Amino acid sequence: MTETYAPRDWSSQPPYLHPDYKSTVLRAPTKPLIPIRQSLSEITGPVYGHESLGKLDADLTRNAIKGGEPIGERIVVTGRVLDENGRPQPNMLIEIWQANAAGRYVHVVDQHPAPLDPNFLGGGRCVTDSEGRYKFTTIKPGAYPWGNHENAWRPAHIHFSLFGPSLSTRLVTQMYFPGDPLLAFDPIYMGTPADCRELLISRFMLEHTQPSFALGYEFDFVLRGRRQTPVE
Amino acid sequence: MSKLRQTPSQTVGPFFAYALTPEQYGYDFTSIAGGSLIEGDVPGQRIRIEGRVLDGKGEVVPDAMIEIWQADGEGRYAHSADPRGSNVGFRGFGRMGTGTDPQSRFIFDTIKPGSVDGAQAPHINVVVFMRGLLLHAFTRIYFSDEAAANARDPVLASVPTERRNTLIAVRDEKSAGAVYRLDIHMQGPNETVFFDV
Ligand SMILES: [Fe+2]
Repeated sequence: MTETYAPRDWSSQPPYLHPDYKSTVLRAPTKPLIPIRQSLSEITGPVYGHESLGKLDADLTRNAIKGGEPIGERIVVTGRVLDENGRPQPNMLIEIWQANAAGRYVHVVDQHPAPLDPNFLGGGRCVTDSEGRYKFTTIKPGAYPWGNHENAWRPAHIHFSLFGPSLSTRLVTQMYFPGDPLLAFDPIYMGTPADCRELLISRFMLEHTQPSFALGYEFDFVLRGRRQTPVE
Repeated sequence: MSKLRQTPSQTVGPFFAYALTPEQYGYDFTSIAGGSLIEGDVPGQRIRIEGRVLDGKGEVVPDAMIEIWQADGEGRYAHSADPRGSNVGFRGFGRMGTGTDPQSRFIFDTIKPGSVDGAQAPHINVVVFMRGLLLHAFTRIYFSDEAAANARDPVLASVPTERRNTLIAVRDEKSAGAVYRLDIHMQGPNETVFFDV
């Protein structure tokens, strides 16, 4: 027996072509994907553990300070990385990036005329513990305008990148905040199948809220699970 | 037991660089990986891989991110699922944005991978991310000077003949070493073959 990964559940994923999100029109592949029988190339993948982290990488309120503190509402974002069988995924790298409290990205091509924060970069990373848990401390990102359509605004979100245990479990996604009125107008969020959109929304959790310091949000990731397949 | 739903993918967007490829773009944050996969005196044939990403109008995409994952010169992956395991200090992972090269190319300096399992031709696994892709796309890079191995490769065999050349990088001898070139076409008559991995 060799261990491979269960197929991607296409019913939980956005389509490549979603014309409301205009950039998909010239960038979405148009031909059907060709199925691959998983080999070592797909069941292996890049390995980055605790040794790849800097000391402050998971604390975005401190990892780029230049003599002051970043402006905005401090938050804790924590949760677990699981596979679809509910198995925790320990020692998995998670990378994040986000706008600052004013909705401005450090990235030079972001021309939104909101202020940069000299004490905030917006990039971070951490590695899950033995129970698959992760935790970031950061600033709640602001909404920001974009050029998709007239008066278009992205809801507040944090970008996440995970490798998981293999190349086939690679996941890049965005986490949103509960009750955001912009969600219903956002073609990126709305591109997700209706019954799976809520999977992208974090939950406010008093138990993760740190008294007199930061509000707590919980967000779990579910990656493709393992399956046993007979060797031919 | 009922399964949990898999987390939906969302686009990498246009602003990933300061977190995912910070050193390449000049941000004050460390990178876990970049365009060079070679550390120290890892054994193997030095090669360069370069190419562009093109959209449905044939225009170059300057805000894509390309990741590569490959075996070492003897076809071994640095991962616990490979029973042979790479033991030469070659991690096998590269990541590069297309936003810093004047021609918007991705450029990887690496070693040529060996055949992974005897059956497959030498290849590099590629993951494509960009604004406008709600879900990343998987493809592969094969090598033009491996014609005999390519002809026996089971994955290439599953691709219609007329589309196989979208996966085969063309070798060019430079004084500094071999350069393999391959553009990634998201759409159009030469649309790259993408895989359901
Ligand atoms: Fe964003």
